[in-house]
Amino acid sequence: MPSLQYTAPSTVQEAVALLAGAKGLAKLMSGGTDLLVQYRSGRLRPDVIIDTKKIPGMIGIREANGGFVIGAATSGALLGEHAGLGKAWPGVVEAANLIGSTQVQGRASLAGNLCNGSPAADSVPALIAARATVVIVGPGGTREAPVEAIVTGPGRTSLAKGEIITEFRLPKQAPRTGDAYLRFIPRTEMDIAVVGCGICVVLDANEVCTDARVVLGAVGPTQLVVDDAAKVLIGSKLDDATLAKLDAAARAACKPITDKRGTIDFRIKIAGVLARRAAAIAFARAGGR
Amino acid sequence: MSKIHVSTIINGEPAEFLCEPGQTLLDALRDELRLTGSKEGCGSGDCGACSVTVDGRLVCSCLMLAAEAEGHEILTIEGVANGDELHPIQRQFLEHAALQCGFCTPGLIVAVKALLDSNPNPTETEARYWLAGNLCRCTGYDKVIRAVMDAAAEMRAQ
Amino acid sequence: MAYDGNKVDLKVVGTRPVRPDGVDKVTGRATFGSDFYLPGMLVGKIKRSPHAHAKILAIDTHKAMRLPGVKAVVTAEDFPNIPSEEAFMGEGPMNFRDLSRNCMARGKVLYEGHAVAAVAAITSEIAEQALELIEITYEVLPHVIDVEAAMADGAPLLHDDIFTAGVEPKPAKPSNVAKRIFFGLGDVAAGFKDAEVVVEGRYTTQPVHQAYIEPHACLVSVAADGQAQVWASSQGQFMVRAYCAKLLGADMAGIRVIPAEIGGGFGGKTLVYIEPVAFALSKQSGRPVKIIMTREEVFRASGPTSGGVIEVKLGAKKDGTITAAQVVLKFQAGAFPGSPVQPGAMTALAMYDLKNTSVTGYDVVSNRPKVAAYRAPGAPISTFGVESAMDELARKLNMDPIALRMKNAAKNGTKSTYGATFANIGYVETLEAAKASAHYKIPLGKNQGRGVASGFWFNIGGESSATVHVNEDGTAVVATGSPDIGGSRASMAMMAAEVLGIPYEKVRAIVTDTSSIGFTHLTGGSRVTFATGMATIQATEKVVEQLKQRAALTWDIPADAVEWKDGMAIPAGSNAGAFPPLSIADIALKSARTGGPIVAEAAVNAQGAGPGFGTHICDVEVDPETGHVTVLRYTAVQDVGRAIHPSYVEGQIQGGAAQGIGWALNEEYIYDKNGKMDNAGFLDYRVPVASDLPMIDAILVEVPNPRHPFGVKGVGEVPIVPPMAAVANAIRSAIGKRMPDLPMSPPKIRAALDAG
Repeated sequence: MPSLQYTAPSTVQEAVALLAGAKGLAKLMSGGTDLLVQYRSGRLRPDVIIDTKKIPGMIGIREANGGFVIGAATSGALLGEHAGLGKAWPGVVEAANLIGSTQVQGRASLAGNLCNGSPAADSVPALIAARATVVIVGPGGTREAPVEAIVTGPGRTSLAKGEIITEFRLPKQAPRTGDAYLRFIPRTEMDIAVVGCGICVVLDANEVCTDARVVLGAVGPTQLVVDDAAKVLIGSKLDDATLAKLDAAARAACKPITDKRGTIDFRIKIAGVLARRAAAIAFARAGGR
Repeated sequence: MSKIHVSTIINGEPAEFLCEPGQTLLDALRDELRLTGSKEGCGSGDCGACSVTVDGRLVCSCLMLAAEAEGHEILTIEGVANGDELHPIQRQFLEHAALQCGFCTPGLIVAVKALLDSNPNPTETEARYWLAGNLCRCTGYDKVIRAVMDAAAEMRAQ
Repeated sequence: MAYDGNKVDLKVVGTRPVRPDGVDKVTGRATFGSDFYLPGMLVGKIKRSPHAHAKILAIDTHKAMRLPGVKAVVTAEDFPNIPSEEAFMGEGPMNFRDLSRNCMARGKVLYEGHAVAAVAAITSEIAEQALELIEITYEVLPHVIDVEAAMADGAPLLHDDIFTAGVEPKPAKPSNVAKRIFFGLGDVAAGFKDAEVVVEGRYTTQPVHQAYIEPHACLVSVAADGQAQVWASSQGQFMVRAYCAKLLGADMAGIRVIPAEIGGGFGGKTLVYIEPVAFALSKQSGRPVKIIMTREEVFRASGPTSGGVIEVKLGAKKDGTITAAQVVLKFQAGAFPGSPVQPGAMTALAMYDLKNTSVTGYDVVSNRPKVAAYRAPGAPISTFGVESAMDELARKLNMDPIALRMKNAAKNGTKSTYGATFANIGYVETLEAAKASAHYKIPLGKNQGRGVASGFWFNIGGESSATVHVNEDGTAVVATGSPDIGGSRASMAMMAAEVLGIPYEKVRAIVTDTSSIGFTHLTGGSRVTFATGMATIQATEKVVEQLKQRAALTWDIPADAVEWKDGMAIPAGSNAGAFPPLSIADIALKSARTGGPIVAEAAVNAQGAGPGFGTHICDVEVDPETGHVTVLRYTAVQDVGRAIHPSYVEGQIQGGAAQGIGWALNEEYIYDKNGKMDNAGFLDYRVPVASDLPMIDAILVEVPNPRHPFGVKGVGEVPIVPPMAAVANAIRSAIGKRMPDLPMSPPKIRAALDAG
């Protein structure tokens, strides 16, 4: 009977070689908070688990080129403790910090949250709204891609065999940038998002929106970048009429399913509600700078 | 694959054990080292009964492979007291009757210790959200939170 | 002269000392069922049905048996095929044959997760591999889940030998309706004619699980001569012994069940699932076998409580006097008969003094795990309906909800629908305390609402044994057979210390095994402080008599000339002699010279358990755009008789209220169209977390029970009875809509608001 192997490479090249050359199912593990749940329940039967945490650069946050570089295996807890990151990108940080419990936060990583491919992943809508990118190292070399290019469907990514995400990059911000992430869950904690919404806006000196990204989670097979909603925000000061149009645009973009966490009808309505509320917070944060 | 040899520090003491690649840290603590204070309530990271700290960081030991413990420092419930001197958190739990069946208590106490080590003056709301990953079915959390607030006050006064 | 704690100044009872098992529990030393290890121990695992309803055509285990490291494989063939027999113990209706088939399916599987085979192997991994090598051929049958669907003509039939009991004439065809029960008083038709106002409502609940944090775990070691030792987390070691004996065909004396600490039960551990299986595996392999259920197995294969339909009709005069009450209950029993519809029916109207009542109940099987008791079994379900209807009645009458209940409240002398006539009850006192509470006066804001609901539970007494012995140094040990699920060891030690007149710290209370103490009924029914307390007090009284006799011998005076006070023997009056007092330690040290060891046992079948009543107030805020409910404040008032250890009494009330809030808002079994549970884990089975709840204010009302030396009434179960209606009534108050279907999750509330 085949049994599981565990290995912890100490360079990214080693990891790539292990991944690319694996016979059978090879899975990368950073925090393990999705992988180990799936392994223990029998849903996933990897032949080898490749631990990323010994690879240099995979854990840590630094400022670079006016933006931030986040090691792909950095835990949510470390993200939450980084004062500079929290000040510049409160939406990204609050999104990442909503994943699971304090215990899960001690381990869960942005790479894991992204590559698990759940449409309901909390960190992803905020990262996409922030125009974050990922650096990918593989057998063919190194490339950079926008976060929204990674997830292709529930549980599926566009990464080729042997590719590993090494870092997340948040760009240099224009002045008066504000981001926010909200999710709806039935309890106050510990639930998977029924709907998630990440919004990032840029305001001009008169607090008129000049740029916006509206991203919905858990209402489609992947996160949805809602260009129509962004267009509603651009040129506005988020008055009531804009909010109503934003609500409608968010609802119209939804392609949800009914499952144990929510019905189609409910998810559509909540998408509109969260879009309005997240926009208000993002605008306030942008204006407050 | 043969077993993995792990060297780690548990509750301040060097510890070694052999484990299967797929064994979790919780399994190794309980079945290899007989540190049975950490409990399995769900095996999926939703109940917190298995809580330990790794290099001071609160985690679910059921969501960590035993092999990952190599070179790290683990704190379990067995390491919270100082010999026969109970930690203020433990004493406050007893004073407040903040436990009934006691199954969630080890994980809760480790989680509370991690809270107060990082935030010595939490509000009730902060304490409740920090502990949202520690399920308790017996107490309704009321006396637990009171114990946490009093433990925080006692530790601040020291 | 029997000890009467109501007539003396109490020194220990009523205080809040640290519990004797507390240090072990806060340091991780306490040993629960999964914490035991024996040399040569094997790991046992169970193979479970993937189908909700199917015939088992064939089971082929030979590949599993040949896997290296596998030491035993069992199926139903390894269990005696016992006949149908009502179980003489347990909580709730139970049949030994049904229990046997629940532990290991025979012929048919009746729910997804039903056990069909089991293995024991040297490691967990090998046991898992062996399970996969067992080949089972099923013929899948149509399944039925919903209670009314299961009652309908043409529903898939679970058993061909169920002919509805309680119906005349006896049905010719089998059905899924195991029984119909009825309770009633007076003439409801006349009562409704007499009414000036009528409210009617149909309410539904979903199955919910007790959700104890500790999964079932046991370690069983059967020797070659069939004698066995069992370490188990359960609510009753004698119950475990009885079921193992019955299901495996063994004698009870040869089975020693050692109670482990138990990580929550709430009724869900008042029966067995894995112990008989581990027994069979250990017998076959000749080695100890440990079985621990995973959380998923706990949800899929251990009994939740029923889901049900509750139809309520109330008629009243304009002044609030209820003239008629009619309740129909339809409860799911799961795969085998035995839902708690009977206690649900008996408790439904028990809070009220009514002359015309009709309560009908149906016990219905369906393809779900066999239900197990859950804290006041049946009562939270029926009370949810009745107390929601009472709220509607109060609105229709424009009456304050507490005033309406006060108008109709059960009092001493009230004859209940289920037959008992109440004495020494404290229901009105709970209403008065609720009305007088600070909570009731707090003004409410926008989108906020307040709900009130009451509840009742009988509480039971029953059989308990206790042994008290005095050590040579004058300290004492109390041994009982009641697993401690809520701090009862502290209460036993407190009661014994009070009667002995010595400090609490000098008395240790232990829970011992089935070979070391007389028979004791399981921990449940809110009975331990009452019944095991009674046995403890009686045993302690006997010890006091012995101590007095030893002093009398020492002083050479008659035994009745000695008094016992504050832990010492003193001459009763100056005529008895001027002897200095003899302490318990003095007497104990010399016990060999005065007659031998000082020890006494008492065995009781405690009668006179006092029923409990509670009234709860809940404040909520509802987000009108999302339907999200926040519980702002919660107050639970309860008549507890007398609180031996007030902290643990409060703890029971807070814990029960929290479970009821979860039941009201988010907990439910969700099934897919194949009858498989979709949310078998704590991620999507949503129990309240710490941030979901406010502080829960427990207000203790004490109307002592004169049938117990300290006035004790059971407290553990009442607090789960009112919360669902209290929350529903609060939501009604906040949003103006009645939510009749549990759980009141956000999508349902949003839909109700949108419906206009």
